Amino acid sequence: MEGGGEVTFYIVRRLLWTVVVVACVLAITFAVFYLLPAGDPALRFAGKNPTDAEIALIHHRLGLDRPWYIQFLKFVKNFFLGDKYGWPGLGYTYASGSSVKALIVARAPRTLLLIAGAAVLWLVTGVAIGVISAVKRRSLTDRLAMGFALFGISTPVFWLGLMALYIFWRQLGWTAGTGYVSPADNFGAFLSHMILPWIVLALLYAAFYARMTRNNLLETLGEDYIRTARAKGLSERSVIFKHGLRASLTPIVTMFGLDMALLVGGAVITESVFNLQGLGYLAINDALQQDLPVVLGVVLLASVAVALANLIVDILYAFIDPRVRYA
Amino acid sequence: MSAADERKLLDVRGLTVRFPTPDGVVQAVSDVSFSLSRGETLGVVGESGSGKSVSNLAIMGLLNRSRTTITGEVEFKERNLLTLSNDELRKVRGKEIAMVFQDPFACLHPMYRVGAQIAEAFSAHSDAGKKVAWTRAVELLDRVGIPNARSRARDYPHQFSGGMRQRAMIAMALVHNPAILICDEPTTALDVTVQAQILELIEDVKREFDIGVILVTHDLGVVAETANSVMVMYAGRIMEYGPARDVFAQPQHPYAWGLLDSMPTIDRRLSALVPIEGAPPSLLAPPSGCPFHPRCPYRFEPCPTERPPLVAPAPEAHLDACHLPWDKKVELGAERAKKVAA
Amino acid sequence: MSENGSTANLVEVEHLTKRFAVRQGVFARGKAQVHAVEDISFVVRRGETLGIVGESGCGKSTTARLVLRLLDLTSGTIRFDGHDISKLPQRRLRPLRREMQMIFQDPYASLNPRKTVGQIIGAPFAIHGVKGARTRVQELLETVGLSPEHYNRYPHEFSGGQRQRIGVARALALSPKLIVCDEPVSALDVSIQAQVLNLLRGLQSEFSLTYVFITHDLSVLRQIADRIVVMYLGRIVEIGDSEQIYSAPKHPYTAALLSAVPRAGTDPRERIVLTGDVPSPIAPPPACVFHPRCPRFHKGHCDVEAPQLRELAPHQEAACHYPLERWPMSDAEIRQAEGANRADRPHLEGAAHEA
Repeated sequence: MEGGGEVTFYIVRRLLWTVVVVACVLAITFAVFYLLPAGDPALRFAGKNPTDAEIALIHHRLGLDRPWYIQFLKFVKNFFLGDKYGWPGLGYTYASGSSVKALIVARAPRTLLLIAGAAVLWLVTGVAIGVISAVKRRSLTDRLAMGFALFGISTPVFWLGLMALYIFWRQLGWTAGTGYVSPADNFGAFLSHMILPWIVLALLYAAFYARMTRNNLLETLGEDYIRTARAKGLSERSVIFKHGLRASLTPIVTMFGLDMALLVGGAVITESVFNLQGLGYLAINDALQQDLPVVLGVVLLASVAVALANLIVDILYAFIDPRVRYA
Repeated sequence: MSAADERKLLDVRGLTVRFPTPDGVVQAVSDVSFSLSRGETLGVVGESGSGKSVSNLAIMGLLNRSRTTITGEVEFKERNLLTLSNDELRKVRGKEIAMVFQDPFACLHPMYRVGAQIAEAFSAHSDAGKKVAWTRAVELLDRVGIPNARSRARDYPHQFSGGMRQRAMIAMALVHNPAILICDEPTTALDVTVQAQILELIEDVKREFDIGVILVTHDLGVVAETANSVMVMYAGRIMEYGPARDVFAQPQHPYAWGLLDSMPTIDRRLSALVPIEGAPPSLLAPPSGCPFHPRCPYRFEPCPTERPPLVAPAPEAHLDACHLPWDKKVELGAERAKKVAA
Repeated sequence: MSENGSTANLVEVEHLTKRFAVRQGVFARGKAQVHAVEDISFVVRRGETLGIVGESGCGKSTTARLVLRLLDLTSGTIRFDGHDISKLPQRRLRPLRREMQMIFQDPYASLNPRKTVGQIIGAPFAIHGVKGARTRVQELLETVGLSPEHYNRYPHEFSGGQRQRIGVARALALSPKLIVCDEPVSALDVSIQAQVLNLLRGLQSEFSLTYVFITHDLSVLRQIADRIVVMYLGRIVEIGDSEQIYSAPKHPYTAALLSAVPRAGTDPRERIVLTGDVPSPIAPPPACVFHPRCPRFHKGHCDVEAPQLRELAPHQEAACHYPLERWPMSDAEIRQAEGANRADRPHLEGAAHEA
């Protein structure tokens, strides 16, 4: 590939920036925790009517007696050098004293599998519906499809999830209920538990993508190079997919990367409705309990995911659209 | 069949194109008839709204048939193209009749290599493999004058200059040695020194492959220098049609006079240009009778009500659509020639 | 070219240079420089029409915008009506802007579709705090051949030619001294071009206007320009009296331009054909920027020493080591300059490989 050295240099530059960005995000998280008037975390673990001495002891044990920036630096040091739980050192939870790293490692697959399944589903259905809509513009099919899109965008996820559970699990018994089964344990049960969360999560995004695909494709089909393609005598299928869709997919691909990344810490509602005990649910729960180390762990993972997704998407964009690559 | 008939490629009779729009029916092209033979360059001249581009899009079958009404006959190789199904038309398009458009930058897909796009044009009508198609693409790029064709074929359109892109478009049109090449304003978006190169290329290609060329343009100068026959269009109709030499030496229609007189000329500075008063008409409600009559300085009684047929007013004349009697046309033409020479 | 008495010149441009920095692709580290305008000098005399002509990338539009200080200079001097405006901050330029206006190329893009004609033409009055807009706007509408009743209409109700007239009226609003016309008729139908050109010519004498007329169309220019500047890749290759240049061009590029224009009603002629396409202004050729395409190219001289503008005939200057001896010349004749290296006419050659 031409300019390989340039691309490598670009990636290295971007990765360095990623580190800076993630560090800033973590620092801000730290600061927010200590600036928020939510009360002293130590009080939660101190039992009833704690004495000042007991509180001070807990403060010291949790490291809360130092100023926030010292704690942050300590965190950074542990992160790079590891702590007793291994590398990276993310510390231990306030609540139970167990390793944050272990907790995240246990939860992460659930979230990632949820996202992966939903992503495939929303990409395929969203784009397919969008293409059909654009090609059969203003027909009944188109109107139905865009109606579906409107429904998908407007329906609250929790309502959708609860309705889906009620209909497909409670009434029809087609799927399993809430909870998560690892695919290593029982693949069939895994699918049965995940199918509804996948559909529910995908619906919203599929609707967006259907609209976006339709609009982009319609705009592209008006371009001169489409007329050239027809003038060459290409089949209509070739014109629409090879020429039209290819040109309109670039914004969709870039959004796709970002959407997935944002779900790493963000699929909270789906995770809670279906009791999947994933990262998003974990983060919210423990934030409410002021369990800072856990929150930091999830925030770290989520921000790295977003930053990396940004980088990958930018590079992908340059590969898809040669105009960006060689100005 | 006479020798002339054997050379005839295209015979268009009574071509009419109408689009329905929310504001009414647009009469884009009305009753257009012409023919094209091998080795002939037909220049189709007109301003915006004249119907020159739409006529050719109709011939190529590039208009949306469900939303357009096209009537008439377009006879090519003993078939009426207007009666063919979409699939059959597709086999003709790009293979036997090819088209080159105005803005080469917008006409090439920005994300595929130039060579690949030309190879695709080849593969669309042939079962030959990718390698064969690519070789043909490189061969044609070389033929149209792109240096280092083999490596330039791997470039993307934005890496080509305007002139080179237009050459690539011409190469793409020639993949299957079409019998007819339609060029819709091929040089309008190009610099003038490049225009000359492209026009020469088209002429060269025409001679080498013995094909027919339809050259659509608004530039009378381009037509005068390259066309064998000329068709002047206005408001979707033909105003004048004949051999280029005759039309420019002795134009017969007041619109043609107006065009020639109002064109800024490079040959000398005139004390004042003589514009055609008014503006081109709306195609939703074209004027009754002769479409040019509201702007015509010579209109008289029959012009607003009777549509003038396209006929040759005298045996030595070419076709025009004007009610003025032949001797009056000759007289006015001579006066004009005197003024022009002055 | 020494003009004494600065009051005779409305605009004086000296050693004007403008370079833009651009990125070459998303992965590129540094930025490249576009040499849009490189060391050009000319004057615009009061009451005349100076035509600037050239092909794409020659810098004519950039020059127009520099003269109006719509862009900042990289280096050089511009004097308008005796004032040095080269480095003037925008605030101080404001009062001068009443004196210099512009008419744009695209009649569809240069008028705000959400404003009425009255608001569009009246905007300069509002901006500069001048009263009496309404009557004046109606007068202007009549001056450009439209009806005062059009005051309340919107641009989309007008044709291309009429919109261009609205643009002209807007430019005339505050009685400027200078109007820069950037390809004002290129987007119009041929039969309308003549109307707008006649209008511009009429207005010039009536209102004592000075025009700088930018175009790529040499036929249009012949009808309106008094003096002409021919630009190529950011440099002036020929400058002088319009009739002089049309009847006897000295620079081979000017000759090629004139020769390339298609004409109606002449006998077949042999055009002067240039090799290849215009090179990119990011990497202009060394010495004479025209040498890679020039039919009179002399190796060892033209690619080594840059020619300077010098007076080759009264009121005519060109920057060429081997200017044309006479005109007309055919392609074969023009290549016969003694010692020239390009004796053969290029046959359908493509571009010299771009940088």
